[in-house]
Parts: sequence; structure tokens; C-alpha cells
Amino acid sequence: MVTDAISTYLNKHTEAAPLAAFRILFGLLMFVSIIRFWYHGWIEKLYIIPTFHFKYYGLEFIEVPGQWTYLLFIICALSALCISLGYLYRYTSAIFFLSFTYIELMDKTTYLNHYYFVSILSFLLIWLPAHRYFSIDALRKASISVQYIPRWTIDSLKLLLAIVYIYAGAAKLNHDWLIEALPLKIWLPSKMHIPLLGEWLNQSWVHYLFSWGGAAYDLGIVFLLLFKPTRTFAFIIVIIFHLMTRVLFQIGMFPYIMIVSTLIFFDAGFHRKLLAFIARFIKADLSTFDNGVIADNIPGISSKIRIGIVSLFFLTQLIIPWRFMLYPGQLFWTEQGYRFSWRVMLMEKTGYANFKIVNGQTGNRFYVNNQDFLNSIQEKQMSTQADMILEYAHYLGDHFSSQGHEHVEVYVESYASLNGRGSQPYIDPSINLMSINKSLSHKYWILPLNE
Amino acid sequence: MSKTHYLLFMLLTMSMTYSACSSDEECCDPEIIESPSFDREAMLKDWADDIVIPSFENYSEALGVLKSANETFISAPTIANLESLRSRYIEAYASWQSVSLFDIGKAESIALRNFSNIYPTSIDKITSNITAGGYNLELPSNFVAQGFPALDYLMYGMADDDEEIVEIYNDAKYATYLTEVINRLDALANEVLADWKGSYREDFIANQASSATGSIDKLVNDAIFYYEKFLRAGKIGIPAGVFSGNTISDAVEAPYSGIYSKQLFDEGLNSFQDFFNGKSLSRSDIKSLRHYLDAVDAQKDGVMLSQLINNQIDKARTKSNELDDNLKQQVVGDNAKMLETYDELQKVVVLLKVDMLQALNIKVDFVDADGD
Repeated sequence: MVTDAISTYLNKHTEAAPLAAFRILFGLLMFVSIIRFWYHGWIEKLYIIPTFHFKYYGLEFIEVPGQWTYLLFIICALSALCISLGYLYRYTSAIFFLSFTYIELMDKTTYLNHYYFVSILSFLLIWLPAHRYFSIDALRKASISVQYIPRWTIDSLKLLLAIVYIYAGAAKLNHDWLIEALPLKIWLPSKMHIPLLGEWLNQSWVHYLFSWGGAAYDLGIVFLLLFKPTRTFAFIIVIIFHLMTRVLFQIGMFPYIMIVSTLIFFDAGFHRKLLAFIARFIKADLSTFDNGVIADNIPGISSKIRIGIVSLFFLTQLIIPWRFMLYPGQLFWTEQGYRFSWRVMLMEKTGYANFKIVNGQTGNRFYVNNQDFLNSIQEKQMSTQADMILEYAHYLGDHFSSQGHEHVEVYVESYASLNGRGSQPYIDPSINLMSINKSLSHKYWILPLNE
Repeated sequence: MSKTHYLLFMLLTMSMTYSACSSDEECCDPEIIESPSFDREAMLKDWADDIVIPSFENYSEALGVLKSANETFISAPTIANLESLRSRYIEAYASWQSVSLFDIGKAESIALRNFSNIYPTSIDKITSNITAGGYNLELPSNFVAQGFPALDYLMYGMADDDEEIVEIYNDAKYATYLTEVINRLDALANEVLADWKGSYREDFIANQASSATGSIDKLVNDAIFYYEKFLRAGKIGIPAGVFSGNTISDAVEAPYSGIYSKQLFDEGLNSFQDFFNGKSLSRSDIKSLRHYLDAVDAQKDGVMLSQLINNQIDKARTKSNELDDNLKQQVVGDNAKMLETYDELQKVVVLLKVDMLQALNIKVDFVDADGD
């Protein structure tokens, strides 16, 4: 029964237009994002200039390739453009995923949920037939050109968005967010200079409205988008919501990525019009792609493998955000299992970490000036995240040992404040961090959060 | 396209245009901004008109007096004129401590602090500049051969007793160098003051953005940076060996005159606290960080954060009052007291960088990158 239902579902087909439109818009947005990143000088500031980079556990071999980093960004930008054009899509989609993800893995400091979203979305796109309609590939190779594709391929994008939104919403269901309206209570008053909205942002009820509204939006928007009668209304809400976050916070391209992504919920008719509009613009004829062909087997790789990979992908996506349950302690304080879980703009955490280098035999000691080794973003991120504190401590220990210091022990006097609770000691100052190995196991040397 | 879809498309395009505009934060008209409880614009005005500009005026005036005392001394190098030059020097140096933290605008772009107060000064560099001539004080390599630290050496360290020092300035080479160092301090100060009195004041006040480039974020970051690096570390921590493991008594501020190093520290600490509290010579009701913190009701363990910060600064001052007027003597004689002072100063850093920055939602990163 169930297997029948599944195979019936997997054999359902739908128009390829929505996926093609998604491909075009996503590729373009990514192209613009990368140019923007370059234009702001961030390649240099965030990757080239710093001598030290924070690595992901197990991925320490991923290095910033010096001046070649620019080439990496060029490759990434060009492959994004190729995705948009649907040119050599099977390769360029993989190249985009690999280059973009490599960039993100070079330094943990710049981790952002929306970069992670782009990474996994581009991974998913590799396995979807987004290039078989209204693309250069489909023009060049008639044999792959189709008008109808398996329905699951479009549904998988909706599923990914559903996961992102609903997990983000669920993460907001906590005491600070709902009962205290934190961290919005801290963030919003400093935006009082914003036109129109500004004068409301110091009002307590506005903080609660935004907190509860934000949680409700994240939890409910996908359902409103799925349900045809509410779809147009939902999309207007999407635009207003993301526009608001764009005005209030510095979150770069994320609002546009989400606004464009949610277009996938609209039916084929809408996307056909969108494509026809683009076609007129570039003097192409959409009807040449309307060959009535239904994609059954995708050349090169069998549908079964493709479906298997995508299923496995979603399984991991559903599980990964729950891994924090393996760790004791307050998640926002320890951040064990915090990343890759759609915990977006959820807390305000500020820290300060003062490292002490001690000669274990003589007791002679001195403090480190962090600015000698880290840029301001790195220092800021490090000072509130225990894994980065440990990694940096090891770097310092190795650095001073190589400078001829003996019996080097590294201690940290660190303080952090979570959502306005006030500064309190963060890492156990009596622990020699050189004696702790990097691992995914529980970091018992994080002091407990005093509520 | 159907009507609804067309409408949606327009909305989308409009939203992108609108936020593209707002992202530059240029379109924000300061006139229509009114905050219910704390007026950020008024604070910026107060900072500019009642703290920064008057401080630079005082500083510039002190340098003017120093300049004329130098002219007197150079034309007639006597012990009496040297004494009077020295007292003008220390007045100007004390006055410098109240502008050092305003490393913003012209002061930042011309590297005012680097040209005015980098120490320890380099005797070698100064000597070779004087004897070889042809130096260019505008080069960063000459940071260590000018400013107040160089003056301290030139007025106190050139010889063992005052008569010999006076004698040296009969040599035109030495007199010229002394004059050029003083004139350069004066010229740089006036350049910064002129900019504040010119267009920069408006720019400073208009830039109310709450981002790494906004005036409030920037000046608060500057003040904290000053406190950490130049006050806590420069005046106390580095000579006390906090960052090196062994004491470096020669790294105190003004080591040749010696007896002023503690006073210069006091001036720095007072200036910082006055900036925090909005204490100004011109008006008593100006708003600063203390008021801003109180307006957002920043507390820690039931006590107002502004109170905690003031208490801790006072504690550091009390501790520092046990120090000798000559910090070099203190480091050599009883460095433990230096370290104790450092520890009290350090506790302020935590309150500033963790509690205050969070309460005011001020970012410490100077790279204006995205968040999520």
C-alpha cells in the first residue's frame, strides 16, 4: 500500500517551467551575491589578510589558497551564471556547489545560516533536472529537452524551504524569545533612526509583536504558500517580512534569496508567464521548448540513485538540527550543536576572551593581544564560541612554543553575556586549554550559565 | 501575466529597489527621526559640540602656548626658559590625553595619535635625524621620533643636568628639530580642529546608522579601543610586563621627565570617564553613554550598568593612587601595585566590551560584513 503510494507519487509528472525559472533566478542571485562580496572587499578582509583561520572539525585541510582565492570566487561566480543559463548544468551545478561550499568551509568565522542554505540548496540542485527546459543545454541537445519532469523534483525544493522555515520557527519557541522578547528588545531600539518604522522600535509591544509574529511567520508561512487560496496573500507576507528584516538588520542577500525561493510554490502557469516574459526580453521563443516530452529516465544516472541521494539528503537535514540534544547544558550558552540548525537571529551574545600564556614550570606568564592574531570579526566570533576559543588557544600555544617559549600552557579568562543577562565567566579559567583536544564530545570546561 | 501576478512582480521589484536604497543608509533623513526615550542625534550633537570640539580647542590652545614658549627658549636658551618650556610641555601633554580617544574623522585619517604619542620614543632615530638632517616627519617610520615622547627626551633626556641640556640648544640643528616637532604637533591638532569646525561636525551628527560605520558605533569602539590599548595596556600593562612576562620600565609614558607618568595616566582615565558620563566644561546637562545605558535600562544583577562601570573606574583610580608619581620607579620598585592597578582596569574592559556593547547593540567588528 505505502510502497504503491510512493511509487505512484514518484511517477507523477508536472511542467518543468517552475524548476527552470527557479534555476534562472537562483543562478542570477548567486552571481550577484558573489560580485557583491568581492565588491565590498570582503575576499581580502575576511580571507586573504587574516593569517589564522578557524576550521571546521575534521575539515582542517581546507585552506585559504592565498591569492588563488580570487580564482575560486571567479569559478563560483561563473558557475552560478552557467546555472542560470542552463549551460553544462550537470557540471556547473556541481562546480558551483563545490566552490561555494569550499569558500564557506575556509573559515568558520563567517558561518551564516543563509550561506549554509545556499550550500545545501545547490547540492540538491545537482540532482534535479533544472536544465531540461528553457536552457542552453536543452537547445544544444534535443535529446534531453523535456516539457514535463517528475513532480518530486519541484516538491523537494518546497520541502527544503519547509524545513528551513519550520525549524527556524520551532527554534524561536523558547523562553527568551516568547516571554522576554529577547533579543529583539535589545536590537530594535538601536534602529530608532530608521525612517517610518523607527519611532515604534522602542515600544515594548512592538518587540513582542515582532517576536511572536516572527515565530508565527516561520511556522505558518509554508502552509499558507502550499494552500492555493492563500498563496498570493502569503507571498505578499513573505515580501513584507523579508523586506522588514532587510531594513532592520544587515543580512545581505538573504531576504532576496528567500523571496525568490518561495516563488517555487506558485503553479506552472505563473512560471510559464515569467519565462515567457524573460524569453521576450532575450528574443527567444518559449514554445520551442514545449515539445510535450515527459522525462522518464534521466540520462547518465538512474532515477533510483537520484531519488536515493535526495532522500538521504532530506533524512540528514531532518536529523542534524536535533543533535544538540546529545549535549547537556543550555544550548545558546554552550552552542554545542548550534550551527546548521536554522537558528537564525535567535540570540544576542557578546563575549570577551583574554588569553594567558603560562610557563608550566616557572609560572612565568603573560597575556596575549588578540589583535596581533585575529581581525575584529574573528575575535568577536571566537569570544562567544567555545570551539573557536579552544582552536585559537591551540594556535597560540603552538605559536609561542615555536617562538622558543617552554612548557607552554594556555588559559583563558573569558566572559560572555547572553541576551542581556550581563557578563559572566564563560570558560573555566583554571583549565589549561592545551590539555584539551578538539573533538565533538561535550565541552565540560564551559562554565554553566547562571540564569 | 494576470493582474495579481503582475502586481506581485511589481511589489517584488519595488521592495528590492527600496531596500537597495536603504542599504546605503544615505536616504535616511535625520529630521524625521524622533525616539521616544533616547535621542541618539542629540547625543552626537553633545559629543561634537560639548566634548570633542572644546577638547580639541583646549589642546590646540595649549600647543599654541607651547609653541611660543619654545620660540622664547630657542632665541634665548636659559635654564629659566627651559623650565617654562617644560611646564608648557606638560600642560599640552596633559591636554592631549583628553583628545586621544577621539580617533575619528580627520584625526583618524591623518593618524594623529601615531604622530603625537607613540612611545617608547627612539633615541637612535631622533639622534640620526638631527645629525644627518634631511628627515621627513610625515613618514610613518618617524612615528617614534616625534610627538610628545620625543619632546620628553629632547627636554629632559639629552643630558644629565639642565645646564648641559640648555647648552645643546645653542646648536641650531637641535633647536630646529625641537621646533619642528612642536610645530608639527600644533599643525596636526589645528588640522583636526578645523575639520571638526568645518564640514565634519555635520557628517558626524548625520551619520546615525546603527552599524559599524555609524558615528555612535564608531566613536564607542574608538573609546573602548583607546581604553584597552592606550590607557590600560600602554600606560600600565606594558611597562608592568602584562604582555611580555617581564617588566619593561622604559616603556612608561614620559620616562625622561619621569614624575609626570602617573599624572598622564590620571588625565587619560579621567577623560575616558568624563566622556562616558558626558561631563563637559561648557554644559552640565549633556547626554552620553551613561544616559544611553540608563535609557535602555541596562542592568546587571539588579544594579544599573552605568553605575557598575563608574564604580569600577573609581576602584581602578583608587588603586592607582597607591602608585608613585613616577611609574618607572613604581615598576622597578614594586611592580605588584602596577599589576593590581592593571587588574582593576581590566575589569572595566569586561563591563564595556561585553555588557555595554550588548546593551547598546554596538558591534565590535569594523568589517561591515553580513550577519544572519
